[in-house]
Amino acid sequence: MAKEQCTTQWNKTGDTSTLRNRKIFPTSEETLQAPSTSLSKDKLSQTAGHSSEDDTQSSNGAQFSSRGNPSKDPPSRVLLMLLVGLSFSTRLYKITEPPHVCWDETHFGKMGSYYINRTFFFDVHPPLGKMLIGLAGYMTGYDGTFPFIKPGDKYEHHNYWGMRGFCAVLGSCLPIFAYLIVLDLSQSQTAALITATLLIFDTGSITISQYILLDPILLFFIMAAVLSMVKFNQQRYRPFTASWWLWLVLTGVNLAGALGVKFVGLFVILLVGLNTVSDLWRILGDLSLSLVEIAKHFLARVVGLILLPLFLYVTIFAIHFVVLNKSGPGDGFFSSAFQSRLIGNNLHNASMPEYLAFGSTITIKNLRIAGGYLHSHWHLYPEGVGAKQQQVTAYLHKDYNNLWLVQRPDESESQSGTPDLVRHGDVIRLEHKETTRNLHTHLHEAPLTKKHFQVTGYGINGTGDKNDLWQVEVCGGHKGDLVKVLRSKVRFLHRATGCVLYSSGKTLPKWGWEQVEVTCSPYLKETPSSQWNIEDHINPRLPNISLSVLKPHFLEILLESHIVMIRGNSGLKPKDNEMNSKPWHWPINYQGLRFSGVNDTEYRVYLLGNPVVWWINLASLGLYPIMAAVAAIALKRGFSLGQKRIEHSHVLMRKGGLMLLGWLLHYAPFYMMGRVLYYHHYFPAMLFSSMLTGITFDILLKSSDLLIRQPYCDWMQRLGQMVLLFSVLYSFYLFHPLSYGMKGPLAHEPGSAMAHLKWMDSWEF
Amino acid sequence: MLQLPLLVTAQVDVVLLSVTLLSMWSRLSHLSYPNAVVFDEVYYGQFVSLYMKRVFFVDDSGPPLGHMILALGAYLGGFDGNFVWNRIGAEYHSSVCVCFLRLCPAVCGALCVPLVYLLTLELHFSHLSALGAALLLLLENSLIVQSRFMLLESVLIFFVLLAFFSYLRFHNNTHSWFRFCWLLLSGASCAAAVGVKYMGVFSYLLLLGVALLHTWDLIGDRTISHLSVCVQCVCRAVCLVVVPVLLYVFWFYIHLTLLHRSGPHDQLMSSAFQASLEGGLSRITKGQPLEVAYGSQVTLRSSASQQIPCWLHSHKANYPIRYESGRGSSHQQQVTCYPFKDVNNWWIIKEPGRQQLVVSSPPRPIRHGDVIQLVHGMTSRFLNSHDVAAPMSPHSQEVSGYIDFNVSMPAQNLWRVEVSNREAESESWKTILSEVRLVHVNTSAVLKLSGASLPDWGFRQLEVVAEKLFKAHSSSLGWTVEEHRYGTSQEQKEREAELHSPTHIDVDRKISFWAKFLELQWKMLMVKQEDSEHKYSSAPLEWITMETNIAYWLHPSTNAQIHLIGNPVSWSVASLTLLAYQLLAAVYLLRRRRGFKDLTDSVWARFVCLGCVCVGGFLVNFIPFLLMEKTLFLYHFLPALCYLLLLCPPLLEHTHTYLLRSGTHRRALCVCVSAVLLSVFLAFRTFCPLTYGSPELSANQLQALRWRGSWDILYRRR
Repeated sequence: MAKEQCTTQWNKTGDTSTLRNRKIFPTSEETLQAPSTSLSKDKLSQTAGHSSEDDTQSSNGAQFSSRGNPSKDPPSRVLLMLLVGLSFSTRLYKITEPPHVCWDETHFGKMGSYYINRTFFFDVHPPLGKMLIGLAGYMTGYDGTFPFIKPGDKYEHHNYWGMRGFCAVLGSCLPIFAYLIVLDLSQSQTAALITATLLIFDTGSITISQYILLDPILLFFIMAAVLSMVKFNQQRYRPFTASWWLWLVLTGVNLAGALGVKFVGLFVILLVGLNTVSDLWRILGDLSLSLVEIAKHFLARVVGLILLPLFLYVTIFAIHFVVLNKSGPGDGFFSSAFQSRLIGNNLHNASMPEYLAFGSTITIKNLRIAGGYLHSHWHLYPEGVGAKQQQVTAYLHKDYNNLWLVQRPDESESQSGTPDLVRHGDVIRLEHKETTRNLHTHLHEAPLTKKHFQVTGYGINGTGDKNDLWQVEVCGGHKGDLVKVLRSKVRFLHRATGCVLYSSGKTLPKWGWEQVEVTCSPYLKETPSSQWNIEDHINPRLPNISLSVLKPHFLEILLESHIVMIRGNSGLKPKDNEMNSKPWHWPINYQGLRFSGVNDTEYRVYLLGNPVVWWINLASLGLYPIMAAVAAIALKRGFSLGQKRIEHSHVLMRKGGLMLLGWLLHYAPFYMMGRVLYYHHYFPAMLFSSMLTGITFDILLKSSDLLIRQPYCDWMQRLGQMVLLFSVLYSFYLFHPLSYGMKGPLAHEPGSAMAHLKWMDSWEF
Repeated sequence: MLQLPLLVTAQVDVVLLSVTLLSMWSRLSHLSYPNAVVFDEVYYGQFVSLYMKRVFFVDDSGPPLGHMILALGAYLGGFDGNFVWNRIGAEYHSSVCVCFLRLCPAVCGALCVPLVYLLTLELHFSHLSALGAALLLLLENSLIVQSRFMLLESVLIFFVLLAFFSYLRFHNNTHSWFRFCWLLLSGASCAAAVGVKYMGVFSYLLLLGVALLHTWDLIGDRTISHLSVCVQCVCRAVCLVVVPVLLYVFWFYIHLTLLHRSGPHDQLMSSAFQASLEGGLSRITKGQPLEVAYGSQVTLRSSASQQIPCWLHSHKANYPIRYESGRGSSHQQQVTCYPFKDVNNWWIIKEPGRQQLVVSSPPRPIRHGDVIQLVHGMTSRFLNSHDVAAPMSPHSQEVSGYIDFNVSMPAQNLWRVEVSNREAESESWKTILSEVRLVHVNTSAVLKLSGASLPDWGFRQLEVVAEKLFKAHSSSLGWTVEEHRYGTSQEQKEREAELHSPTHIDVDRKISFWAKFLELQWKMLMVKQEDSEHKYSSAPLEWITMETNIAYWLHPSTNAQIHLIGNPVSWSVASLTLLAYQLLAAVYLLRRRRGFKDLTDSVWARFVCLGCVCVGGFLVNFIPFLLMEKTLFLYHFLPALCYLLLLCPPLLEHTHTYLLRSGTHRRALCVCVSAVLLSVFLAFRTFCPLTYGSPELSANQLQALRWRGSWDILYRRR
């Protein structure tokens, strides 16, 4: 049955060569697996070089790609060039405006400069995006001297256009990629055009591409990954050919790129992963393939989609660490060993007394990754949180309040001469240098970890009580061992209660200045949280010895920086007073982001999607499930549908489903995120939703012949397309000042030119 | 005469009956021991008391059905609600019928055992498997502990199991129309499960998913006519979607009907809601004039959705000339939001061009868009705003009380009234019902509660600002008139006396049930508890290995104590089963895909169905906790655990029948299973003293029960 249909179809398309017929060329799997006809055998000679076993499939594939892809035709090339032109011109227009720092440019521009200056910094995102920005700046003659202090600072003579231009060029590729993806998925030029139009004339996509931000770079890699994935899917009937490998490798490279820019790239990895799993499942079910071949398929994907991206991702970090070799603002987040790598850090080629001694001034760093220094300050624990004594916390930055004095338990000051060294098992008192309180614990609940005891600063000028005594233990050491600075892992056991000094990693509320909680844990298991090392060690009475600290292994640095990043990300909690954006705001275009300018004299840019485009997307998100359900039920109930309509249903369900999945993966997880969210987080999902719109509306218009008779339904279809096009164009004309800048009174004030465009109360332009 | 003998044939499943009796005995015996408040009873008990007294409350931990079921027990026992639930371990009075308070959860817990038996049968496994599953549940210490007190987990588990059982009954009975009764029961128990705890939603979704798959098969069945398919689909949708939703609303209807008196949580609700409760606000606001007019004396309550309510307030203290940060202020009178009723909360509405502060007759009501001035009742300052940064939120404008003492700053005290929940453009401003925004005429900033609290100079009251940017639906912009009367006295002294006197006159106003339901549900979802760690709280991943226990109760003088500790043997068996099923399923799936059919289609379908219900049930009851950011306890794991215990015997049966070919292997399996069962029983016996709280154990015995180092078992040093 399927064979017959296919061969008739074949003949039809073989004879004619108009565009219309190509569009309805079957894309579904069953039809493609048909045996080769004489016609395709002819083609085979052109694509020689395959084993005879693959003949049928590879020839079909060749057939498919040579005629199924309308983009190779001259008219569609012109169309593509037109899209490229439009896309680039909309993004590059007024690229240097406004000539001051806008919004997050203050972060990412600054970080780009750090790369040029080779200064180490800490950011919650992986480094690729900022590296590319730095590179673009470097290539276009930016010297990294502009400080990027706050939004609104004038650039003056600094060369910033290169970095903006780079982002804009990447952003310009998005509509083109979207066009190609939809064209490949639906084999329909109309669908692809709808998508491209939506994206080219969306003010939001334009604005977000025009500034020094990570988003255009991220979006570029996401779309490129999806495009290569789609192309790779298309090569499925000619496995292990050059183009098959090419698209596989490109997918992998782009995945690495996406993840290298922001962790949001994980979602596209998930999408590609799911697609690959279903592909492998299909291959597994193909009983004509031997297990060895399946293993080959599997391994190829493991290499291309897991190992290669992983390698590239690690390489990015390697470059990051090699380039940034000077001490900078991010040092304190990292372990002592890590800091010793950085030129200018006090641990770089450090020189200090080698063994811990009584009377020394020290800083104590927790060994848990991003653990912080043992810290205290003049503030007390508030009422109701244990005893009202001085707070002891862990603090990530370097500070005078991190300094502690190592004292003997009794008051007797040791006589002059070389001080005694501290040994494993010795009892000490730790006195906070700034406030002269002793490190103290007692049987009160800790503020957050209720199973542990509270740690406080107690006493004055070193006089406290017996709860101030701690026993030093070197991990893996024996009684009498000396405590090596920087290299020994030390635990502090409380004498009176037998608990061990512990950093829980939980952030204290406002009263604790959002520093990290320190407790005393009655559970004595050795974990990095209860282990500390001595970092700075000052004792004038001991000779300084140059220490070459154990250089950390690259993988340790990698792991450490990831944990620091993840912790930093989850630490970005929304503040109480700040108006924060909720995920449900985004698809309805509820509220934008102010990029630049607050009052009426300034040059204002407002990141807000073109409402017509976004609401069309919203409508299609509602429409799609209904259409897909109708199609699925019709197929399941076995209604007699024409060949064309069956094909439409398949495109709708499979390809549309893929896009819907992409949208969901890039949108739904935000509902579960505790961190602070912004409007621009929706843009990856918005791209998928636009592509879904292209497919949905195309098929909706093509199905108009369900209701109307033959000649009229074609008119209907054209009319629908025109209405869509003109509404998008007109709304772009209306809203273009959002992206290209506006001046004059704010929209809610009388006399504003934008007043009639304030369709929703929540827009603030 | 009688042709036929009168015959009554009864079939009694003796196993089922005996299992039921055993489970009743294990859950219901000595229910009133200990005669003291145990663990979370202290929390649920207060709500039971409030039900008995018909006092309104808001509890964000779950929908009201669970509390109502507990209250039903109390009602049956004649509890009058007079007990102070203030600490764990407090002795009950003799007037409190402890037994009845704990009855409902215990009965639900006891019924879970026969339900599991029946459910296994509906999954098409043998009676022996069913017996095994029932025994595992019967001998699970943690389930016994959780059922024997006034807690809700056992009720939730009961309804969830009932929902699945009745759905499978429906599914397996293909032809009779009576089966839709089972479907209806399934829908109802879903509604009940969701009504007890929000966690029930996930089980409900799972059941919907399973039902959807079955319906999809039905749609694909081309031997049935289109009409019949349509009818069946509609029936299923009604039973599984419409009925549960309606029932869920019905729980709230009962809840709101029962609780008609004002109580401790009134302040969380809107003024309109409060006015519908007996006592409380309605007593104060009874008889207030409805429409706000020029000359009205009002208190303005912020509609911000925060825990504490507050009223627009001013007092005789000025903003400090300079703040700590060095910024300057206008040094005019402070305007704040004050969380207590106070005479300084009164404001008088004045028409800009007119001097009088009394209501003319007839009163001229204020409509949407009218411009007014607000005069502070006690100090006669005008509500004013100007381009000075607010104390705590420098991006907003300061709001002050202004009086013209020839200061350099001009008065900017005109405010436009915008009724935000208006239906018509010329809607008048109504007491309690209208939510208004006050827009500053000069700067078009909106009066707003910023959420920050002022430092000591502002007496730690809440900051009020005027925000320039026009952000639409933020509830902190809205204000409601709560107390209201028409001012009659012209003189300041008289007016002050008037403000001190209580309000009077009377009109009755009601809001509809739906409005109340939506508001209550919204509040319950939005109210956030501060999540602090509890001494016995634990993380979800620790539950699988039972890292922690919870001490529920300790005898005030002896070592007798009750702990939530599971049966360690069955607990580990459960975890292993989960792993085994997943491995087996993966192997089967891969092999089937390659064309090896190890199982016939019907056996495979049974295997898959088992997985959907049990593994699916485990996942939906476990995964959500991994994503939650609230304080979690071991007992949250119990529903998930039940599914695993249910999974174990059928999986063993499957292994026995289809995987083991030789007789020796099968015999070996049987021996293993009986050994495991025996050890389950022994472990159960061992932990019994901690489950029932008697007999008392010595310190050494308790020490011996501490199988894991991380368990906290208490004993007194003597």
